[in-house]
Amino acid sequence: MKDKTVEHGFPHQPSALGYSPFLRLMAIGTRSGAIKLYGAPGVEFMGLHEENNTVMQIHFIPDQCQLVALLDDNSLHLWSLKQHGGASELREEHRFTLKGPPGSPPSATQVTAVLPHSSREVLYLGTESGNIFVVELPSFRVLEDRTITPEAVLQRIPEDNCNRRSCELVEALREHPKNPDQILIGYSRALIVLWDLQNNKAIQHFLGSQQLENLYWQRDGSKFISCHYDGSYTQWPVSSDSRQAEPLENTVPYGPFPCKAISKIYWQTTKNGLPYIIFQGGMPRASYGDRHSISVIHGSQQTAFDFTSRVIDFFIIFSSDPAAEFDDPSALVVLAEEELVVIDLKSAGWPAVHPPYLASLHCSAITCSHHVSNIPLKLWERIISAGSKQNIHYSSMPWPIDGGTNIAPDPPQRDLLLTGHEDGTVRFWDASGVCLHLLYKLSTVRVFLTDADPNDNMNTLGEDEWPPLRKVGTFDPYSDDPRLGIQKIYLCKYSGYLAVAGTAGQVLVMELNDEDAEHVVDHAEADLLQDQEGYRWKGHEKLKTRDGPVRFEAGFQPFVLVQCQPPAVVTSLALHSEWRLVAFGTSHGFGLFDHQQKRLVFVKCTLHPSDQLALEGPLSRVKSLKKSLRQSFRRIRRSRVSSRKRRGGGGTASEVQEANAKFDQDALQEMELAPVQRKIEARSAEDSFTGFVRTLYFADTFLRDSSRHCPSLWAGTNGGTVYAFCLRVPPAERRMDEPVRAEQAKEIQLMHRAPVVGILVLDGRSTPLPEPLEVAHDLSKSPDMQGSHQLLVVSEEQFKVFTLPKVSSKLKLKLTALEGCRVRKVTVANFGSCKTDDYSENDLAVLTNLGDIQIISLPFLKLQIRYPCIRKEDVSGIASCVFTKYGQGFYLISPSEFERFSLSTKWLVEPRCIVDMPEVTSNNHVHNKSGTENAARRSRESGKSPDDCGEDERKSGRLMEHALLNDESE
Amino acid sequence: MNRAQRGAAGSRGLGTMEVKSKFGAEFRRFSLERSKPGKFEEFYGLLQHVHKIPNVDVLVGYTDIHGDLLPINNDDNYHKAVSTANPLLRIFIQRKEDADYSAFGTDTMTRKKNVLSNVLRPDNHKKKPHIVISMPQDFRPVSSIIDVDILPETHRRVRLYKYGTDKPLGFYIRDGSSVRVTPHGLEKVPGIFISRLVPGGLAQSTGLLAVNDEVLEVNGIEVSGKSLDQVTDMMIANSRNLIITVRPANQRNNVVRNSRTSGSSGQSTESSLPSSTPNLLGGVLQGEEESDEEDIIIEDSGEPQQIPKAAPTSESIESLSQIELLHESTQNGFLPSSEVNLNHSAGSISMEYEVPEPGPKSLEEDGTIITL
Repeated sequence: MKDKTVEHGFPHQPSALGYSPFLRLMAIGTRSGAIKLYGAPGVEFMGLHEENNTVMQIHFIPDQCQLVALLDDNSLHLWSLKQHGGASELREEHRFTLKGPPGSPPSATQVTAVLPHSSREVLYLGTESGNIFVVELPSFRVLEDRTITPEAVLQRIPEDNCNRRSCELVEALREHPKNPDQILIGYSRALIVLWDLQNNKAIQHFLGSQQLENLYWQRDGSKFISCHYDGSYTQWPVSSDSRQAEPLENTVPYGPFPCKAISKIYWQTTKNGLPYIIFQGGMPRASYGDRHSISVIHGSQQTAFDFTSRVIDFFIIFSSDPAAEFDDPSALVVLAEEELVVIDLKSAGWPAVHPPYLASLHCSAITCSHHVSNIPLKLWERIISAGSKQNIHYSSMPWPIDGGTNIAPDPPQRDLLLTGHEDGTVRFWDASGVCLHLLYKLSTVRVFLTDADPNDNMNTLGEDEWPPLRKVGTFDPYSDDPRLGIQKIYLCKYSGYLAVAGTAGQVLVMELNDEDAEHVVDHAEADLLQDQEGYRWKGHEKLKTRDGPVRFEAGFQPFVLVQCQPPAVVTSLALHSEWRLVAFGTSHGFGLFDHQQKRLVFVKCTLHPSDQLALEGPLSRVKSLKKSLRQSFRRIRRSRVSSRKRRGGGGTASEVQEANAKFDQDALQEMELAPVQRKIEARSAEDSFTGFVRTLYFADTFLRDSSRHCPSLWAGTNGGTVYAFCLRVPPAERRMDEPVRAEQAKEIQLMHRAPVVGILVLDGRSTPLPEPLEVAHDLSKSPDMQGSHQLLVVSEEQFKVFTLPKVSSKLKLKLTALEGCRVRKVTVANFGSCKTDDYSENDLAVLTNLGDIQIISLPFLKLQIRYPCIRKEDVSGIASCVFTKYGQGFYLISPSEFERFSLSTKWLVEPRCIVDMPEVTSNNHVHNKSGTENAARRSRESGKSPDDCGEDERKSGRLMEHALLNDESE
Repeated sequence: MNRAQRGAAGSRGLGTMEVKSKFGAEFRRFSLERSKPGKFEEFYGLLQHVHKIPNVDVLVGYTDIHGDLLPINNDDNYHKAVSTANPLLRIFIQRKEDADYSAFGTDTMTRKKNVLSNVLRPDNHKKKPHIVISMPQDFRPVSSIIDVDILPETHRRVRLYKYGTDKPLGFYIRDGSSVRVTPHGLEKVPGIFISRLVPGGLAQSTGLLAVNDEVLEVNGIEVSGKSLDQVTDMMIANSRNLIITVRPANQRNNVVRNSRTSGSSGQSTESSLPSSTPNLLGGVLQGEEESDEEDIIIEDSGEPQQIPKAAPTSESIESLSQIELLHESTQNGFLPSSEVNLNHSAGSISMEYEVPEPGPKSLEEDGTIITL
């Protein structure tokens, strides 16, 4: 049993960004104290600060596998990547908090700027008090004699325009690019000093007129640039002859009206002489002050990249070869609060680069997920090809952050994770490996007429618009019409049929088409109330459909739309691709649709006469959500997000759990202990939402007599009722001529009346029936139709096995009565042995409302193992959990991140990677090696046989794949 | 009667023992070879023969020297019965279908108390007249106090029968804390308490539960370490046959049983400790057996029917529960008895079977638990 293995998606609440041009690794810090390193796809490291404090700054030590993190409690932490057991690991080495002399105010030691010196021996720490402390690495010993005090600085500067206050708060520290003995010190009040470290004196000082925000050296060290609070930036010449220099040029790029601060600036030289000036902010305060922008100016080209969320930080990837004459920037990497955006600066038009990881899962809120294991290669390729057509606007540049080497075994199979979103889209993710990568995005919106105005786009600015804003990124959580939300997804991997169902009772059946096409979507309505009188639906209206043919891009194209009436949210969905049937259920009943003949086969109302509540829609008071409401949604969402959250770290999972538990306890203590009491009452048939259809299941089994099996449809409701319908599906040759018939054969009422969450038929060998078409594709043994079949009904409280066709109870496991936990998710998982390839067994993987995962054997319902997985308070995590067919699972740990866990010893997906240690040459001070040299060394390193289990691991990976192929051909 | 007497008289001898067997209102007398009693099955056949009830399933009981009605259902207790019978072996036979199990056990034949309780509670000595109204199955049980013999006196195990009644269970539970003596001294531990009784609800109308009673177990499962929500779910899951063990907030109404040193109370001293679990499980299974909810099936839109049990298999819970019951009954030495009026039979004072229980445990009982 293996625990959490990897986190997919975008870190929740990022707070700091760092980059090492030497390692070509990027580091992201978060507000919960996590630190995550990313390099080439698959190269990932994670660490968690014990304090769980916000990471304020991250600085890599030049030419080292080390980095320093500054937290908001003013502590500094040294992390390093060390090789262990054939793979690199991120470990915290030291921690340190700067202490001032006794009695000094906290501001004396509040670190504001950190400069790791290129000598790798010391760290310069600028503070709020203006002192610059020097600490030795890696011991964090303060070298007191080398402290640069404001007094020392002021002594060497003419006093006429400077006083003690000019030296308060160090805003920026920058080492001279050519001379490591000189550093540039920028104080908040616009005094900038070039300091000689050897002689401890100011070489030159520069006095700006506006509050300083940041500094940046030109590559040759002859000039530097400063940016300011008023939205201006200034170039300064550096020369040894004039003690006080005058600015070369002062620009307010978005003037003349008052502008917001430019908080960070880059000056990048190029061969053609025109520099790139890249800066964050500086927008005109009145009209664009709320934009989150980064501007790139290159000669006459100027673009202000406009982000949908706050910019945390950014960096430029440029030539790191110290011998190179120019910077030649290649990419701009921006960490926004909700996504990572990389801009290719080498290609015309500065297109975005499609990131291979750190995908913003929540670009529209996730409403459901569906996992499909072991995708046939053909379907996989078709989905990728459909997706590549959607990505043509992305740059073809290879991913520029490519440090480290991924040594994890190749994923054993192709897995798809499908996420349904609030805006009516379904995203297809490659979930085979460590990098959760977007393959294809499907939108169902085109089928409907929505309130959304197609011209409502922030990008409609003309060519001459000023400022030249360009919206980038995909994060757009504001859905115009919540009815479009996707609630259920079912993909048949053999046929390529996809069924999706949504919030307003819409059910779409789609087919994969490799070409664009324009066609009419067949439309049917399913009146689930039938003859029931006296009901009035108070919820939202059904979605309006487009008349006439609709143009669909290549990919999954809908050909059937069924709309439930009343248009309540679809609560269950099943598709049988062999019989060409789709079943759907809502809180009112369920229906069966023949998508071959495009005919509704039957509907069944499950509503209890006294259940009025089911008639009130979930959005009864919300008629439509227009743009004017966006702002309030934004607020709600922000407050939801801002509730502080702990997340997994580099330590063991138990550490994280502990941190979580501690946090919960604190939170509990803060809350007033209100006397909570719970009513103890038996469920009754009159309870609300008993008709709510929780699960639908197709099975070819013995429903009526033990001599003949037939297709059947099973439905389970919230009130503990199971309905079984006997289906007559015409043989293939007469499939279009004869109607599909259905007849109710059985109705089982569980006396404990708990919601039925799963129905399963076991064949004569007690093996779950295969999926539709699984046998036809030779991927599963045909079910045993000789022995007697058994029916497994899983309610929230009990597991019950009944015989078939005569229903008599055989076995049960009363989970809730014994343990006080309830079933939230259940699925059949196949567990292979990691020792032998020929043994595997099917068990039930169960997630309870306590966040425990239990494995329960089939068919004897014995508890095999239980382990805690999700905190029980994490209701949304539990609700989002999805199991795979082979004992892995995913759940959301934040709106933007999936945690992957594995219950199987055989199927593991976790990062395993190596980052090379640089050769330390301390006396001969060598700057970064060139990128190519680096890459060459990497490939050399990975090519040569590593001493230990790295190689074994890879071998076993291949074995696994081989084994899998064997499985497939079995 | 005459015939029996004659038979008994005729067989009186040195190695023989007189047997007086009662079935219904009829008595039979016969004698047995004391040294060679034979097997229980043979004895059972003999009883059926002498009473002329060859095909009737019966339960066999005897009064031991203390006056308790004890079962004979295997060779061991049969031999015990024969060896202890002095001079007469009194046998009571009861039809299995209308067996009254509760008549078995200690003090079923006599209300004589041991010396200690006689001194402490002289009024206990008064025999209550046993009122027979009707056979129990003619009534619908609503609630009962069960397992009094295995629980400490400070605890009460209450069974609420929800089926067949329209009354709501009608109570609420809450979080709270109680103080216990643990190996580490006094400790405040979280507990679950009854917070409210709904007027007219089942819980209130039984009078067996009260506000601030601490809930210790739900259908045999200890609640310690479980959250309020978990306990709520457990109770609701068991709502059709809810057995809750409480420590009543008001300890003054406790029935003080005759003997503190008796095995039963000794056994249950650590009620909050794991050792009591087997008994508790017995309780659950017992509940299961008697009132398991039957799911309902409607075939082809026909009439609703109860879903039958599939042919019992080795993993069937029912068979397990029966084994458990039998096991328990032989251990405790109590057993089906027949008639109510057996109570008036004489017996002796001390109870040999239960003496082995160590005395100090009963001290622990009072020490381990402090009720707030």
